[in-house]
Amino acid sequence: MYALAFLFVPAGEVIVGAFKNAHGGATFDHMRQIVHQPYLDQYWLTIKISLITAGGGCVIGLFVAYAAIRAGTPRFLRTILSTFSGVAANFAGIPLAFAFIATLGTIGIVTTFMRDHLGFDPYAHGFTIFGETGVEITYMYFQIPLMILVIAPAIDGLRAEWREAASNLGASSFQFWRYVGIPVLLPSILGAFILLFGNSFSAYATAYGLAGNSVFLIPITIGFYYSGNVLSDPHLAQALAFGMFVVLAAMMLLYIPLQRRSARWMR
Amino acid sequence: MAYLELRELRRAFGPVVALDGIQVELETGEFLSLLGPSGCGKTTALRLVAGFDRPDSGSIVVDGKDLTRVSPSRRDMGMVFQAYSLFPNMTAEQNVEFGLRIRKNRRAARRKRVSELLELVGLGHAGKRYPHQLSGGMQQRVALARALAIEPRVLLLDEPLSALDAKVRVQLREEIRRIQTQLGITTLYVTHDQEEALSISDHVAVMSSGRVEQLGTPAEMYSAPATPFVAEFIGTMNRLEAVVVDGERGEVEHGSTRLTVDAAQGRTRGERVLVLVRPELLELEASTDGGAAGENTLRGEVLTQTFLGPVTRLKVIAPDAELIADMSTARAAALPIGSRVVAHVPVAGTRLLSLSEEPASDGQDRGGR
Repeated sequence: MYALAFLFVPAGEVIVGAFKNAHGGATFDHMRQIVHQPYLDQYWLTIKISLITAGGGCVIGLFVAYAAIRAGTPRFLRTILSTFSGVAANFAGIPLAFAFIATLGTIGIVTTFMRDHLGFDPYAHGFTIFGETGVEITYMYFQIPLMILVIAPAIDGLRAEWREAASNLGASSFQFWRYVGIPVLLPSILGAFILLFGNSFSAYATAYGLAGNSVFLIPITIGFYYSGNVLSDPHLAQALAFGMFVVLAAMMLLYIPLQRRSARWMR
Repeated sequence: MAYLELRELRRAFGPVVALDGIQVELETGEFLSLLGPSGCGKTTALRLVAGFDRPDSGSIVVDGKDLTRVSPSRRDMGMVFQAYSLFPNMTAEQNVEFGLRIRKNRRAARRKRVSELLELVGLGHAGKRYPHQLSGGMQQRVALARALAIEPRVLLLDEPLSALDAKVRVQLREEIRRIQTQLGITTLYVTHDQEEALSISDHVAVMSSGRVEQLGTPAEMYSAPATPFVAEFIGTMNRLEAVVVDGERGEVEHGSTRLTVDAAQGRTRGERVLVLVRPELLELEASTDGGAAGENTLRGEVLTQTFLGPVTRLKVIAPDAELIADMSTARAAALPIGSRVVAHVPVAGTRLLSLSEEPASDGQDRGGR
């Protein structure tokens, strides 16, 4: 009932609305519009930022989670990390954007420190928190903790005996990861990548608060068309949202065979 | 010089001493079991030999070479773990092939060896299956084949049967012994199951509190336990505390009962001893109320009967001890629970241990051979 009310009905309305004009008649105009500029560039930018932050989040999160979970790491570090990750993975939107502006903005504390004490002004070298790189850095703040939360149980599932058995059979640490560790984790890593991609792809408030007027992501444009006073065009917004469904469906089409292949030993 | 030597191995984890200077030697092709209760240090010893852990002192020598500081990947030791050690993402064939692949053996040679080994462990038909598609027993056979594939200098088995059901356990232990004998591979086996250790080993080392209590053949361990701990751990043993009253005639006093046992001859009068009698050597017969108990006998009452197939185990409560006797099931039927019985302690065949030989009290090293 919940899924019907809050997932299927709104999704159905978006799909139907994407093919309606302002008078309620059927039209393909919006669909034609979204495959032309500037929307194609906006889709590409949104996909690029999502891929980069999902990939970066996966790699960094995997290393951090492994470092915290591996034998020999004090137990309290793991507890601290998982608690922090739980909070950080859900810390997004306007507060996160402002936190990064206060840290890495033109007069942010880190920027000021670097300029005054290290003699390096990142803004003089092309960096800006209000651009694409800034959005990516900010997204990583919740992408990495999310990866840690998602991948930790899978890392826990890596049995110490596998590592010892590999070592006993002559394998180096690299060979263990190449032949056993990564293949065993791969289904979970792929699943986590898709989750992180979707998380980033649909993020709205963080990017809006940070670079609403300079980085044109599809969710921000949808927001403009839905609530804008001048540019209001809900059906175009629905068409853009429908385009996001298509991108996510395409990602799933890529993901499913990869996941199936990587997890064939589980069947 | 022995093929495998553990020289004065010591390992402590904080205040807990897991291994307290054990000394073990093993000749080429021999099968030695490290036997003991949980926490006695047997798995620690095996992990030191495999190289997964480093000793605080002492050394591990194989074929004259000191391997103590050599990494596990360069020791050429094959190890079979308790369970679930197969790589789950590889088929049985790929698991067995793994060590050969790491060694960069030629593909054709690898395939041939894998096929031979899977046949050897009786799994020629299951090579394409993944571990989760194999039973526990099959998985352990694959693990054994994988360990053997690299032609290890020493085969190490860490309670490989503990996760299996009783029937498979017996089958597989016989197969392990058959394969070990066939290949002539020097083997170190860890178990807490004394029946398992006695049935497949050339030698058994009973461990307690990080030390080797006794090392010998299974027959020696059973018939001539060197310490009360070994006597208790290997099989079931009746323990009668007694005091030597006449060392010349071999007489001891257990409570108010005087017993004559050959093993007491030559002992010092007043020495506190343990008279050890195996359950199968204790003769029971129905007691006639009021009648004299006779020589070398203890009176008691049958407390429980446990049916073990051809024999039945009777627990008898006597005034100063609890006795266990094994007798044929047919004869045991005549001695129901609650019946009064007389237990005959044999003059010959009993063991006598000085109570001062308790391992906790003397601190002497009795490991090695």
